[in-house]
Amino acid sequence: MSATASPDTARERPPALTVGPLAWLRANLFNSWLSTAVTLALGYLLIRWVIGFVDWGLLNAVWSVPTSAQGVANTSACQAAKGVGACWAIINDKWRFILFGRYTFDDQWRPAICIALFIGLYVVSAMRRFWRWELGLIWLVTLSIIFVLMWGGVFGMEYVPQDQWGGLPITFILSTFGLAAAFPLAVLVALGRRSTQLPAVRVLCVVYVELVRGVPLISFLFMASTLFPLFMPVGFNPDKLLRAQIAVILFAAAYLAEIVRGGLQALPKGQYEAADSLGLSYWHKMGFIILPQALRLVIPPLVNTFIGFFKDTSLVLIIGIYDLLSAGKIALGEPAWQPYGTEIYLVVGAIYFVCCYTMSRYSRGLETEFNRSVRR
Amino acid sequence: MSESAADPRYAPVAPPKKAVKLSWSDPVFRGIVWQVVIIGAVIGIVWYLASNTASNLASRHIATGFDFLSRVAGIPIGEHPIAYEPSVNSFGRALWIGVLNTLQVSVIGIILATLLGTMIGIARLSRNWLLARLAMTYVEVIRDIPLLLHLFFWYGIVQTLPAPRMALHPMPGVFLSNRGIRFAELVWEPAHTGALLALLVGIVLMVFVSQRATKMQEGTGLRPAIWPAGLGALVALPLAVWAIMGAPFEWETPVLRGFNFQGGGTFSPEFGALLIGLVIYTAGYIAEIVRSGIQAVPHGQVEAAGALGLRPALVLRKIVLPQALRVIIPPMTSQFLNLTKNSSLAVAIGFQDFVSIANTTLNQTGQAIEVIALIMLVYLSISLSISLFMNWYNKRIALVER
Repeated sequence: MSATASPDTARERPPALTVGPLAWLRANLFNSWLSTAVTLALGYLLIRWVIGFVDWGLLNAVWSVPTSAQGVANTSACQAAKGVGACWAIINDKWRFILFGRYTFDDQWRPAICIALFIGLYVVSAMRRFWRWELGLIWLVTLSIIFVLMWGGVFGMEYVPQDQWGGLPITFILSTFGLAAAFPLAVLVALGRRSTQLPAVRVLCVVYVELVRGVPLISFLFMASTLFPLFMPVGFNPDKLLRAQIAVILFAAAYLAEIVRGGLQALPKGQYEAADSLGLSYWHKMGFIILPQALRLVIPPLVNTFIGFFKDTSLVLIIGIYDLLSAGKIALGEPAWQPYGTEIYLVVGAIYFVCCYTMSRYSRGLETEFNRSVRR
Repeated sequence: MSESAADPRYAPVAPPKKAVKLSWSDPVFRGIVWQVVIIGAVIGIVWYLASNTASNLASRHIATGFDFLSRVAGIPIGEHPIAYEPSVNSFGRALWIGVLNTLQVSVIGIILATLLGTMIGIARLSRNWLLARLAMTYVEVIRDIPLLLHLFFWYGIVQTLPAPRMALHPMPGVFLSNRGIRFAELVWEPAHTGALLALLVGIVLMVFVSQRATKMQEGTGLRPAIWPAGLGALVALPLAVWAIMGAPFEWETPVLRGFNFQGGGTFSPEFGALLIGLVIYTAGYIAEIVRSGIQAVPHGQVEAAGALGLRPALVLRKIVLPQALRVIIPPMTSQFLNLTKNSSLAVAIGFQDFVSIANTTLNQTGQAIEVIALIMLVYLSISLSISLFMNWYNKRIALVER
């Protein structure tokens, strides 16, 4: 208080270079000659690249092209702009094919609703308020509605066979059903691998997990498309999507089992012993004491695995199922559009990026929330 | 232990052995019953599938067995590290070329991805805000896009390169065109083999010299300079061998003849796109591993090393990296395995790796079971070798505890 009274010690502004934006610049961009050089070089490249991208993607881009009466696009405008401007007209022309594949054109509102349902399901499942047993019921109902919508054949909706499905719904179906079905299997395998009472079951689980994790997903998909028909009784031939779905489930279960096992191992031994001392049976012990805690621990890595499988479902392209990426690739097959792969891949990549980035942000948020008690 | 064995009071008392009761309340009995049931079910399923398969194969007239491996393949293969002629050589040799191609792209990919990933991981920790942000953006964007899309994207870019006639010529002896990368190649002479062998001998010598130096340092506290010996063993010795054997030095540069280049070494566009895609994708993951590994070293370690008067470079080399490596190695191993398994996506852009050739074999011979079994066998052995090597390395650098 006396400081303000005396004119000698009047409040002085700190030197300009120790606080404020200038100081920040100095500390973070120009704190040594090397750092200055790096900043200048990167800044130059970045600005040049951004200007180039804006020129190519916005200013010189072709947004739409005329279509002839036969439905063939006249791409001469795009050809003229090739190299200097993007041809977004291909997206304009093909976006429904990329999103919905060969689904009957007039019925494409059905897969659109399915996509919305999937997203709604993810959002609801992400909210901790809904983490109750009723969530399982919500999943069951939503997934059934999605199947009814996709297949049709009831309530006056036209029947659409599975080989006409395509685009984003396939990506969602394969990853969601894959994980939902793989999860219970993974819990069983993880418990089997940890069991001390049943050595034969343990060996079986170890062999399964290590065998699956040692080979690429592609070989599993090949197996589904070539071996699966051999394994089944003569005459019984499930459709391609179901076969790929089974392959994804069996593959994902091995990876999820390892994550669940990590959660089981991370739990203090006292929890197991306490459950035993209460005289609980094995399934009561696991169901009421161990799994609720262990699974909670592994939710962040589970979400990360989900992201991985969401991306990996794009591999079904190799056995001829039209997911999002394959639909984009097939859209390129039309001779007029062939040279504009970059545009398609940028858009499809952006869709994948938005989905995966949202999930990874969510998983990171959960991790910080769960670690709140540990963090100082 | 030996004292307690001598003293009867401390002799280990075996727990009383319980007889297995034939009752559902006995856990041991229950365990046995459950195992018998589960194993029986598994055997039953396998038997059911096998009998289905047998009847399916019989109705399709497919003979089982690996005889097809010695039949003439007739598969054209673009890139073959060993001699191969489709009309002469067998399926076995074609598949072996596939294995070599897979190994080639995996090994080069692992090396490049580790280098790029380490650089980006360190850049993320840079004090330069712009550099750190750019590295972070790279990691976020690259990891959230499927690898297959990376491959298609790069394959598309590689295909838009100019034709050989107008090939890009970024440095002497290297030509980039839509037919792939052509580069000048050293004409291999026995003298080069000799120089390589001499280098190998030099490395073995240097290992001995540095071990002796370490021993002397432990004994006397002084480390003798080993760089003169190093210069002699690693540089002078191979050079001398090369010079004695005639010092041949001739480059074979690619020459444009007709529509394509002749001579020199070559990478196909497919190989290039696969390698670029794999390296860029995996580097994103490796960068995160390196960053978290370095951040796992407590800052006190760096400060303590500084207090001892170590120079920053020495702090990084002797204090931070050895501790960070312990955290880095296990997840890095799984990334190496992932890269190797992911190289099988080559089939989507037409590079003939093992899976691609095996798939063609399957389509031509119909021997689905045998071919799938071969694919599993090859990948399992590659995975197993990588993890054995990395486990050995991990054990070597692991913290030695009391």
